[in-house]
Amino acid sequence: MITSTTLVYLIALPLAGSAILLLAGRRSDKWGHLLATALSASSFFVGLYQLSLMLGRSNSERPITQKLFEWISVGSFKIDASLMLDQLSICFVLLITGVGTLIHIYSISYMSHDPDRRRFFAFLNLFIAAMLLLVLGDSYLNLYVGWEGVGLASYLLIGFWNQKPAYATASKKAFVMNRIGDMGLSFAIMIAFATMGTVSFSGVKEAVDHTSTAALTGIGLMLLVAATGKSAQFPLQAWLGDAMAGPTPVSALIHAATMVTAGVYLITRSNFIFDAAPTAQLLVVIIGAITLMFGALIGTAKDDIKKALAASTMSQIGYMILGAGLGPVGYAFAIMHLLTHGFFKAGMFLGAGSVMHGMNDEVNMRKYGALRKFMPITFATFGLGYLAILGVPPFAGFYSKDMIIETAFNSGGAKGIILGCVTLLGAGITAFYMTRVMILTFTGKSRWDDEAHPHESPWLMWLPMAILAIGSVTSGYLLSHGDALVNWLSPLFEHHGEHEELLSPMVVSGLALAMVAIGVAIAFVKYSRNEVASVAPTDVSIFTTIARQDLLQDRFNEAVFMQPGQALTAVLVKTDEAVIDGAVRGVGRVALGSGSALRGVQTGFVRSYAALILLGAVALVAAIWVVTQ
Amino acid sequence: MTFNAPVLNYTLLSPILILLGGALLGVLVEAFVSKAMRAVTQLSLTVGTLVLSLAQVWRIHNEQSMSAAMGSVIIDGPGVLLQASILIISIISVFLIADTDHFTALAAALPGSEEERHSLESGNQVTEVYPLTLFAISGMMLFPIASDLITLFVALEMLSLPLYLMAGLSRRRRLASQEAALKYFLLGAFSSAFFLFGMAYLYGYSASVTYAGIRESIVGGSGNDVLLLIGMAFLTIGLLFKVGAVPFHAWSPDVYQGAPTPITGFMAAATKVAAFGAMLRIYYTVFANAQWSWSPLLSLIAIVTMLFGSLVAISQRDVKRMLAYSSIAHAGFLLAGVIALNKAGLEASIFYLFAYGVATVGAFAVVTLVRDSSGEVTDLNRWKGLGKRSPWVAISFAGFLLAFAGIPLTSGFIGKFSIFSAAYESGAKGLVIAGVLSSAIAAFFYIRVIVLMFFTDPSQDGTSVQLPSILTRATLIISMAVTVVLGVYPAPLLNLISHFSTFIR
Repeated sequence: MITSTTLVYLIALPLAGSAILLLAGRRSDKWGHLLATALSASSFFVGLYQLSLMLGRSNSERPITQKLFEWISVGSFKIDASLMLDQLSICFVLLITGVGTLIHIYSISYMSHDPDRRRFFAFLNLFIAAMLLLVLGDSYLNLYVGWEGVGLASYLLIGFWNQKPAYATASKKAFVMNRIGDMGLSFAIMIAFATMGTVSFSGVKEAVDHTSTAALTGIGLMLLVAATGKSAQFPLQAWLGDAMAGPTPVSALIHAATMVTAGVYLITRSNFIFDAAPTAQLLVVIIGAITLMFGALIGTAKDDIKKALAASTMSQIGYMILGAGLGPVGYAFAIMHLLTHGFFKAGMFLGAGSVMHGMNDEVNMRKYGALRKFMPITFATFGLGYLAILGVPPFAGFYSKDMIIETAFNSGGAKGIILGCVTLLGAGITAFYMTRVMILTFTGKSRWDDEAHPHESPWLMWLPMAILAIGSVTSGYLLSHGDALVNWLSPLFEHHGEHEELLSPMVVSGLALAMVAIGVAIAFVKYSRNEVASVAPTDVSIFTTIARQDLLQDRFNEAVFMQPGQALTAVLVKTDEAVIDGAVRGVGRVALGSGSALRGVQTGFVRSYAALILLGAVALVAAIWVVTQ
Repeated sequence: MTFNAPVLNYTLLSPILILLGGALLGVLVEAFVSKAMRAVTQLSLTVGTLVLSLAQVWRIHNEQSMSAAMGSVIIDGPGVLLQASILIISIISVFLIADTDHFTALAAALPGSEEERHSLESGNQVTEVYPLTLFAISGMMLFPIASDLITLFVALEMLSLPLYLMAGLSRRRRLASQEAALKYFLLGAFSSAFFLFGMAYLYGYSASVTYAGIRESIVGGSGNDVLLLIGMAFLTIGLLFKVGAVPFHAWSPDVYQGAPTPITGFMAAATKVAAFGAMLRIYYTVFANAQWSWSPLLSLIAIVTMLFGSLVAISQRDVKRMLAYSSIAHAGFLLAGVIALNKAGLEASIFYLFAYGVATVGAFAVVTLVRDSSGEVTDLNRWKGLGKRSPWVAISFAGFLLAFAGIPLTSGFIGKFSIFSAAYESGAKGLVIAGVLSSAIAAFFYIRVIVLMFFTDPSQDGTSVQLPSILTRATLIISMAVTVVLGVYPAPLLNLISHFSTFIR
């Protein structure tokens, strides 16, 4: 593989920004945000430069690596801190730094009234660096460092306004739930090391052939656990809604476009494991299918615009995970949907932020309405994102989502039909809840409070939204034109024979559009024709009640994990106090007592000290005599 | 009888000769340099001498010689490493000694007399402490490389006599300081007598005072074993006295407490390196073949020393006495390295001595900083809440205590781990168990001090932390850096020690 010396700058630039901003403290308040944005942008340009180099090389020579230093060297176990950039990571690098830079720019204005703006930018830069390390690491262990790094940045940013206890709790919840996933990743690494003796991607890939299916399934399942934690997939999905406590740019960058897609990256990167472990792969598909429905259903009942979008993110990542679980034919489509989603979802989140900005940070959509007239640019950019997520041609989502639906149908047998129907149904529900968001926010009569004075956001905010909107419109076409992305990624994945086609692309598109049309129509009938109450009605169906409570995910977690867990800790604390502390205190007391007694020997008289020495000498000689007799 | 003119290899002896020369120059400085200039001249002369000596040690670090001084000293890897350790520890100790606030104005004046008051008022200083320090260091440098008993004894007295004096130089609580000095002297003389007695027996056993001669007799097994055993026992008593092992430890708490704190730090750290250096050489080369006779008893002493030091330290209320008992416990741990009697044990002991010595100087440097209007505050109850008032000083003290306790990521952990694993390898399992147990007991009082500093509200009694001078700060920073670096990344030093640590005989 070609070695490079410039890869490290991708990470080093934002990392340096974070360090400077944190170490310089308040002194950098004036210019910190500009520096952070500039560094993020330079990292993006390094990424573009790497892409241009990569395009100039032949397919097999495209991956490059850079060894930073020997990290761990214990006996035969050697790990280098090395970076690797290949066709897959470059997609992520450009997404992370590109969308990241736009969100930096947006945040300059969005956070301008916050006294801690500098700290916010330091964390943003830290996140960019960690996320880049995640996608550039050349081994599971290097990836793990980035994985933990983004977890930390996410924790810090969700709880950025930690003066509000609810926000601090939300960040803690995200952190704790992510720990479960992280544990999965560490188990996967351990199993890989124990059975294969290596944890580098290339090493594991080679070792797959002579590793038992049981071990591979174990690794795959543990990787899946990791992915469900980071990507908010069932059953570890509950933290994402609460994570919306963070400032909106954070939701756009971390909890929509990049970090939450790390699970998809992990599964795609580990394609060689999942291809060899069909059970794990099947479970990936099932998790994806469950989550895409789960998220979509929650989305239908949310009145909080950010939570509705978060539910939608969960659901869209479900699509990606499902795509990645479909094996070699699905990986590229999962990545394509990930990229297009990065554009349209980040754009919509920024739009939501723009709306909140103009509405005194109100998030309840029932207090919006008719904002189209007051925020035309936001309406336009949000609207383009809306069309993209619905999958209306020729917007981005049409290409990427239809590909996943089509691949699902064509994956064969009953599995194909079930998955196809789930994805189709999901598309319909998506159309319903997104239309609901559009109608509640931008059309109809105004329902806002008297003190609200909606206005369009400054150009620093709408410019990134506009750029992302362009991406929402064009990215799908560009990535799928001539199978661009599929061909680009194809050297990374094993290929099998073509599947038989159950449904032709035209039919799938037709079905999907029909579902979307139905979803949109229902939403129109329900919310546009009727008056929308500015207070959420309480006399609703049992289904709505449940969906409003996130399909009872928190109740479930509390009943199944939290309460038994608390009981267990209570017992452990009791045991600890009674047994272990008791023993420690006992030892302490005995030691203290004997210490005080022995201290009595220390009289301070030199004659008694001399006598002690003499006694010691006599005892020593006597002992020698005894020993040698 | 013809007299052969002695042939000396001056290059190999130069580290010691430079120190002696520097000390003599220091005496001249006392006589001829004006009072105003004396302190700064002495300080620069002393530090310069030490650095020069260290440079010489570096120059000879690859040499090996039995004949540098007519067979009286051996220059080899361990000797050089120990000398370098002593010099480095001495340099950072001298930085502490430079703070004249610890020393009396006129050592000869009666405490509380008119004469003392007068000399205090006229701003006198005992700059004699610098040449005394250099003399003591030259003795310490000679101690671990001596290769006959006469030289060993001379070195012992060379290092001890200046220390007796230095212990009595405290500016505050002068009576206690003088009492400590006198105790140290009397008991030191007493133990020297044992030492000499042992030498005589060994001479009687082997008709030789050289290490090589005695070893030959032991290997040959021709002599009278009673003479050997008594000789070994008495010689050992003299050495155990210096390192403060039970039951020959009684002087150390009183002397540690009474002596001026910078001297305590120097004494605790450098003397231990020198004495254990000599002990390692004697046991690893001279007595190695008589292991059956001394190993069980030395193990017993080591176990008792560890447990005693750790247990009694718990009930101490005075920080200097606590550190004294902690140093006793550490003497026990270090004895485990002697008993191990394998290469790993030697390497571990040298690492431990250096790491422990540096951390000790650092800990006493912190003690010099905590003061009220009448001098240092050593009562632990008045250290409450130190972490809230002076976080940096408290954090560094906590760091040194954690190193003493052997908590991972500090040099103490690596030291303890390597020394216990060496002892375990050699089969001394009981010793290792006792060592780990007493480490656990010791951790109790180290951590209690940390709790006291960080989790207790400060007392309002005028205790404050002196802003460290540049030199004290240098000592603190160097010792903290060494403690942490050796804990996190000890491999380079361990490799270096491993490369050099073979005694030649």
